[in-house]
Amino acid sequence: MNFRGPFQIRADRNRPEPEIKHPMDAIVRVTRSLVCGSDLHLYHGLVPDTRVGMTFGHEFTGVVEAVGSEVKKLKVGDHVLVPFNIACGSCPHCKQELFGNCHEANSEATAVGGFFGYAHTGGGYDGGQAEYVRVPYADVSPTIIPEGMDLENAVLLTDVVPTGYQAAEQAGIQKGDTVVVFGAGPVGLLAARFAWFFGAGRVIVIDELDYRLEFARKFAFAEAYNFREMKDPVVFLKKTTDYFGADVCIDAVGCDATGSTLQNITGKELLLQAGNATAFHWAVNAVKKGGIVSIIGVYGPPWNLVPLGSIMNKGITIRGNQASVKRLLPKLIDHIMSGRINPKEIITHRLPLEEVSDAYRMFSKKLDYMIKPVLIPPRANV
Amino acid sequence: MKNALENRIDEFQDRVIANRNMADLALNIPGWGMDADPENDPTYPMKHYNGADHQRLNYEKAPQQPLDMEVFHSIERPGVTRVFGTSTPPAGLSGAIRRYAYKYSEATATHWMTLILADRVDVIQGKINDLKHGVIPNPWKERGWRAEWKYNRSAFLGRAATTALLITAGVLWFKRRSLNKQLLERR
Repeated sequence: MNFRGPFQIRADRNRPEPEIKHPMDAIVRVTRSLVCGSDLHLYHGLVPDTRVGMTFGHEFTGVVEAVGSEVKKLKVGDHVLVPFNIACGSCPHCKQELFGNCHEANSEATAVGGFFGYAHTGGGYDGGQAEYVRVPYADVSPTIIPEGMDLENAVLLTDVVPTGYQAAEQAGIQKGDTVVVFGAGPVGLLAARFAWFFGAGRVIVIDELDYRLEFARKFAFAEAYNFREMKDPVVFLKKTTDYFGADVCIDAVGCDATGSTLQNITGKELLLQAGNATAFHWAVNAVKKGGIVSIIGVYGPPWNLVPLGSIMNKGITIRGNQASVKRLLPKLIDHIMSGRINPKEIITHRLPLEEVSDAYRMFSKKLDYMIKPVLIPPRANV
Repeated sequence: MKNALENRIDEFQDRVIANRNMADLALNIPGWGMDADPENDPTYPMKHYNGADHQRLNYEKAPQQPLDMEVFHSIERPGVTRVFGTSTPPAGLSGAIRRYAYKYSEATATHWMTLILADRVDVIQGKINDLKHGVIPNPWKERGWRAEWKYNRSAFLGRAATTALLITAGVLWFKRRSLNKQLLERR
């Protein structure tokens, strides 16, 4: 995969193969790779320092093909799932299990951790929408895929499942709480499903695409509503929560939202703010006084037009972070292996890596009822 | 501003000052620490507080990845991280623009907006490089129009027709304008 500019991606057979650059590196041959909703922010040109020639992809599994001299735990031939966070495991943040905030993985931005294939704002690493990937700090996060685990569930554990889980976890859901999830994309669907794991009493999903709302009803057992059928989604949510507001709102949309012309023009056309913050705006307005807003949707680093006055006056707690995948893996592996959740139900399309540009276009434009596409490299089964 | 305060202070003194205050000043501040409650941590369970927050300088660090290419680092940190990405080092005009952007902190519009400008310049550079290497960009494949044709044909045709109409109108307008100009010059 070779990024050539906004909305332009090339399936390029002439990319150089990655090399070991550091004694703690491994080289992994990719077996499955996903396109993430946050990859679309790169595709749409919304993330600064996204350079032509980069390879995206931060959700992948693969077989270890080579290891550096200081890699002790992994060996050649291991089939691993590779969390999207690049983490050293020994800095103060990693020591406290904030693996998404490692201090030794991203030179280029202190506001962001180190991630595979996420622009130079994410550290300048090439990603997993490729046949081979360089994996730094190979002994820290990469995890051998448990025996008997479906490969598609394994690759979903590299980002979207932990991210959806953490969206619900950081929302501080109490038993009986009404939880509103903005966005019925893959992360929103998982956040809604996991809200029940924390004892939610009601889960409401808001989106604009009927096929995704239908999926939310089936997969996440949620009440699901189309905001295009509402004059004002905040009024709708207030009315449906006894005019108090939801106990918890989860923004699972981020900077590519729709629903506000002002936010669209300033955020996505003129780039005067980091994308369109409509979902967050609605979340702050729809949550109860003293409620919690969990941000899991991705925003760019500069700034956004958000209602700070309401946050202060309503006493809202805002929590957000990139998912700490390594911290959550043991619990989530157990949930999957015990059959409590089968995340691969969200995968709707399986495409060869050579069709990566079609996959992006389809995902971006929500064509053919796409929810989550998986890319299969030509050498996946070698 | 060469003489700005941030250029004059000693680095890595945070813990020195905090430890000094806790050993000395805190003893003289009535009530210091008496309401501290480790349970009152809004970051739990995302963060397992164990005191590592305050061990900022003496943690075990990985060996340094050899710095054999140009890698920028935010001026909000002292240098590059122990490992770094080696994808797409800065090059040409876009590289020069990025070099300028990295002189500013992440708190400034100059930093981010300049990087976005560099990204757009990079796209043009990319096209020139493609042509230099005999690669003709293929929008049908690279822009995913194949998928649009398959799954969204009517909207795709509508957009194509609108674009063609606008281009034709533009060409006609320019032609008419230059014709009028020629007629005026002849008079």
